[in-house]
Amino acid sequence: MSSAEFLVQGFIKAFELIFSLNPYIVSITGVSVRVSGTATLLATLTAIPLAFAISFIHFRGKQALITLVNTGMGLPPVFVGLFVFLMIVPVGPFGFLNIVYTKEAMILAQYILITPIITGISLAAIKAVPKLIIETVYTLGGTEKDAAVATLKEARFGIITAVLAGFGRALAEVGAILIVGGNIAHTGSVGGIGEGLSETRTLTTAITSETSKGEISTSIALGIILISLVLSVNIMANYFQRRD
Amino acid sequence: MKEMFRIENLSKSFGNKKVLQNINLKIFTGEIFAFMGPSGVGKTTMLRLLNLLEMPTTGKLIFNGNDTAILQKNNVMSRMSMLFQRPAIFNTSVFNNIAYSLVIRRVDKKTIEKKVIDALDLVGLAGCEKQKSLTLSGGEAQRMAFARAIVFKPDVLLLDEPTANLDPANVAKIEEIIRKIRSELGTTIIMASHNIHQVRRIADRVGILLNGELIEVNSKEQIFTHPFDARSYAFINGEFIY
Ligand SMILES: Nc1ncnc2c1ncn2[C@@H]1O[C@H](COP(=O)(O)OP(=O)(O)OP(=O)(O)O)[C@@H](O)[C@H]1O
Ligand SMILES: [Mg+2]
Repeated sequence: MSSAEFLVQGFIKAFELIFSLNPYIVSITGVSVRVSGTATLLATLTAIPLAFAISFIHFRGKQALITLVNTGMGLPPVFVGLFVFLMIVPVGPFGFLNIVYTKEAMILAQYILITPIITGISLAAIKAVPKLIIETVYTLGGTEKDAAVATLKEARFGIITAVLAGFGRALAEVGAILIVGGNIAHTGSVGGIGEGLSETRTLTTAITSETSKGEISTSIALGIILISLVLSVNIMANYFQRRD
Repeated sequence: MKEMFRIENLSKSFGNKKVLQNINLKIFTGEIFAFMGPSGVGKTTMLRLLNLLEMPTTGKLIFNGNDTAILQKNNVMSRMSMLFQRPAIFNTSVFNNIAYSLVIRRVDKKTIEKKVIDALDLVGLAGCEKQKSLTLSGGEAQRMAFARAIVFKPDVLLLDEPTANLDPANVAKIEEIIRKIRSELGTTIIMASHNIHQVRRIADRVGILLNGELIEVNSKEQIFTHPFDARSYAFINGEFIY
């Protein structure tokens, strides 16, 4: 088999897997979207209030918090994976939670990874709102709360971009969730490929394991889905950025 | 005449830069008072101090008989509004921009709608309510900001160069509205202007700022015919060299 034939065969099989809604592939996609979606939701619920607190409230340790956010934006995922793993192993400080190799552990790792990203980008969006907008709120009789709401509205497209960037990052991340999630699928086989339905196996971690097993068409199918998801997120982010 | 503001020995510095010094002034309820003076003298700063957007470096600002240093800021601020020299526009419709002060005061929807439509009509922007504010022309944006500042009927209206971007017809329209607001609602109006002719047309009293000091406060008639201070005369007649 020539290398061209090999690739063409791989792609044909990959599309078959996607369009036949192969249960193994579908379950992996489901886990990816659920884990990253939940992590993004929780990170957003933390990051936006945090960005507002940093922007509007004077408190001690603020500068340290900003430094923490900036550092957090560039954390290597494997480091976060290792850190979370050490916290949640049975002998670790949070061993009692009993979440090693679960979706919860993966959500926790991704939450730690993307909260700083969403906070950092939101902070920049809030900072870009002119001071005169806030003064306009005050001169029209608004309170500090009204000023915060008006700022949120002015910065809305930037904040949506921040959330999408966080989601994109979570979807594409592999190092951390591989360590804490373990890339587990159930035993047995569904749809003639791979193993049983995914437990903690995501698009990215499945690509690593399927490729090393030589299951090229399965990897290609997973890769196509991953890149389509990330691309759609980026197109959305781009759209909101241009609205700004 | 009832006092709206009393300014006592007020000065304002930004860092080492002294902008206003030793200002003493009373502004009365229902009058139209204009600050005049060369560019950079501190007219905008003066209005921002009155609006409590800036705090005096030294001295006192008394509002309605109460020292503003100890009053709840929002209670004072919510009774006035300022039209900025370069107005900031909320990135939303013209309607939402004008409705803003009413929405935060929890006025009911029907009333808001009526007031906004009336305000738009007044400034010559009838029918523009659905337009995105950022697409307005410079003069339209200025008039929208004017409508936004007056729609909730503040007790004090602070106008910073209110007609700077407007054509003569719209200047006349805005000046007429200013006069009407004062005569019908008794609003105290304080403005900053370089425009000597405009001040002459609408102000009751004038204060002339020069080198950080209020060199003369006088009725319009006096200032334009027999100013006390030779420098006022020079400024008014455009002889002032700066
Ligand atoms: N926040 C600030 N920080 C530093 N300097 C300031 C600040 N605000 C105003 N100034 C300075 O104070 C002086 C007075 O400014 P202000 O805007 O009050 O002048 P103005 O009389 O309104 O001028 P114009 O007629 O050009 O509008 C200027 O020299 C300005 O640079
Ligand atoms: Mg000015």
